[in-house]
Amino acid sequence: MSLLRIDDLSLSIHGFDILKGVNLIIEPGEIVAVTGESGSGKSMTALAVMQLLPDGARTSGSIRLDGQEILTLPETRMCALRGAAVGMVFQEPMTALNPVKTIGDQVMETILIHKAMPPDQAEDRAREVLTRVGLPPDRFPLSRYPHELSGGQRQRVVIAMAIALRPKLLIADEPTTALDVTTQAQILDLLKGLVDEYGMGMLMITHDLAVVADMADHITVMRHGEVVEAAPTPQLLAGMKHPYTKMLFAASEHQVTLPEPLGQEPLLAVANVVRDYPLPRTRLFARPGQHRAVDHVSFTLHRGERLGLVGESGCGKSTLTRAILGLEPVQDGHILLDGQPVYTGNRPNLAVRRRMQVVFQDPYGSFNPRHRVDRLVTEPFFLLEKPPTGTERRDRIAEMLTAVGLSPDDAGKYIHEFSGGQRQRIAIARALITRPQLILFDEAVSALDVSVRAQILDLLAELCAAYDLTYLFISHDLSVVRTITDRVMVMQAGRIVEQGETEQVFSDPQHPYTEALIAAAPRLPRRRPMVAR
Amino acid sequence: MLRYSLKRALSLVLSLAVASLVIFAVIEVAPGDPASFMLGVNAQEDTLAALRAELGLDVSKTERYFTWVAGMLQGDFGVSYTYRTPVSKMVADRMWVSLPLALYALALSTAIAFPAGIYAASRRGKAGDVAVMGATQLGVAVPNFWFAMMLVLVFAINLRWFNAGGFAGWDKGIWAGLHSLTLPAVALALPQAAILARVMRSALLDILGEDFMRTARAKGLTRRQALWRHGVRNALIPVLTIIGLQFSFLLAGSIIIEQVFYLPGLGRLVFQSISSRDLIVVESVVMLLVFAVIMVNFLVDLAYAAVDPRLRSRT
Repeated sequence: MSLLRIDDLSLSIHGFDILKGVNLIIEPGEIVAVTGESGSGKSMTALAVMQLLPDGARTSGSIRLDGQEILTLPETRMCALRGAAVGMVFQEPMTALNPVKTIGDQVMETILIHKAMPPDQAEDRAREVLTRVGLPPDRFPLSRYPHELSGGQRQRVVIAMAIALRPKLLIADEPTTALDVTTQAQILDLLKGLVDEYGMGMLMITHDLAVVADMADHITVMRHGEVVEAAPTPQLLAGMKHPYTKMLFAASEHQVTLPEPLGQEPLLAVANVVRDYPLPRTRLFARPGQHRAVDHVSFTLHRGERLGLVGESGCGKSTLTRAILGLEPVQDGHILLDGQPVYTGNRPNLAVRRRMQVVFQDPYGSFNPRHRVDRLVTEPFFLLEKPPTGTERRDRIAEMLTAVGLSPDDAGKYIHEFSGGQRQRIAIARALITRPQLILFDEAVSALDVSVRAQILDLLAELCAAYDLTYLFISHDLSVVRTITDRVMVMQAGRIVEQGETEQVFSDPQHPYTEALIAAAPRLPRRRPMVAR
Repeated sequence: MLRYSLKRALSLVLSLAVASLVIFAVIEVAPGDPASFMLGVNAQEDTLAALRAELGLDVSKTERYFTWVAGMLQGDFGVSYTYRTPVSKMVADRMWVSLPLALYALALSTAIAFPAGIYAASRRGKAGDVAVMGATQLGVAVPNFWFAMMLVLVFAINLRWFNAGGFAGWDKGIWAGLHSLTLPAVALALPQAAILARVMRSALLDILGEDFMRTARAKGLTRRQALWRHGVRNALIPVLTIIGLQFSFLLAGSIIIEQVFYLPGLGRLVFQSISSRDLIVVESVVMLLVFAVIMVNFLVDLAYAAVDPRLRSRT
């Protein structure tokens, strides 16, 4: 008997079909990965197993856990299963824990709510599982609150809560998507170890194919609520049958060819830049401490060059970006664009500022939803002394929308009418419309699905050829940086620890940190056709 | 936690110092000489001067300010120009009406609002929610003096359960006092409860959408358990803010209700002393109210920290 058996599961929410005839089997001790792009129904499949679907959900088909049908189970019985027989780990460790309760209380709650053991034993068990997930109580007392832990540590607490009662099935919904690569590698190791140790089955939901290939025994690929292909990992990697699967894997390894960089004329000169933030005073009359977010950073970006900046969260990437944009003063050093300072007195130097633009990560949050696309795209015109008007303005909008692969007619639409990828195209159009000398891409493709990401990378390569772009590409995603930049800088704790030709840095890293980063990043195995024996 | 409390206490003292300066300055620049007001327009110049000297108005402003503050610190608020009685006694008498009334109203409003808000949030979009929301809409819209009159009509005139007005005093026992404060407290509490219930509901609804509520459900908690164990405490921060604001309002802003029920409260005292230009009373009562408001804010700050550990460590 399989641990989990999903047969012909269909789900609709308020009449919208979300899942169509999904089949899936998990055996004890097996890791089954469900992958696909956003909207494929992978998370809904997981929530259906937990019966934590949103209001208005209707299901048909069958989900059997250990032979027991879940879909018809009354809610009280379901509550008894959740947390005890099935544990779940979520994507966002920063928000998955209750901020006002200690980690000990939260881990113990799983045990106590099921009345699995008396409180004193529950506390011992909490200590035990927290130790098992790498948070020994002598260093991480049960009285800690979630805000006193890092993202990776919080995810460990969430895992401890999920495994406290040794469930037979662990569901992990994008468990490492919000984490840095080195933390991701540790958490994946932990999950794998737990599956082996406890003989659990694991349903892992992730969009990251490299993680899938690395972790799963069995892969299920979903699109639009349907399973398009499912096979044991080696077979699937060796011989993908469905064109969508092939497209997904191709897209996540997508490479672009950038035009040759232009000459060696410096455009952006960053010299010895230091950015300190004051820390809260430790004592009333003590001098406040300083947090050095950017520590003597120097580099030069040449005209027509594509420079990458990689590093983990908190390394100072964003602070450096803001300093370059002139949004913040620096405590030491200087930042010059074409020989002029980006920040003068106590405000950004507007004459310089109008020659830079930025594209942000979140295609959903970075537009005012009440404005039409023409107004959104022309926002940088406010920086200009004489913004184009009338026909010229219209022509510029049309040209830019066409350049990013949209239609000039889209100018009259509102932002909610576009998909994430289209929005990012609009963001690029907005950045390009004043023909800035420098563009900063701050995690600009991180929130996109792999197929959309591949298209945006292609678009960038095309735009490089058409407009001789110079940009700084900030990302935590090494594979993207590798293909979209000529040179790369690796940042750690406010310092640039290594910089050089991108290919050179990636194939022969000099600094141990760069090496660790590259080693931690999950990679798709080289695919070879399986030889029939 | 201790450092957080000390910091809040320090800011409390500073706020009080600034407030006392502002109050003194504002009252000083207000036109009208108390002495000539008391003696009438035809008073002799030397009589006026004598009265000014008696009232302590003839010394420099700085000196007057410090005398005033030093007096207050010792519980001496001066003597009322018009009533010729110590202000501290007048205020204390009124305070024994206003403070219990405010606390009573606040307790009632909280007792109504919490269950109503939590109930509405847990039944979002269902009949129960619609009913509670409709009732609170009414409660927010209808002015409290109208409630007061309706209460008098129904419970005092028709049913004769309560007196229509007046205050029995505490010397006849705590129940007699509370009894005479009940109708005014209800009249004050209903609109406040309506607002508070709405705040509670929307704060809870925000929390119900949080990831950790889903985590709680995934652990095996029922909807109700998740709501009570993880929802309510997280929803308290905005609710505490409103409670703090409401208490300050109840203490000083109940003047209309005091008029309707003939209650000798602080609101009426301020009103009377302003109209008779009894500046020393106005100054003292305003200072006292400021003190109360700042004190309430201080307590609310402490309550925040008790509820949310993130505030404790941020200091």
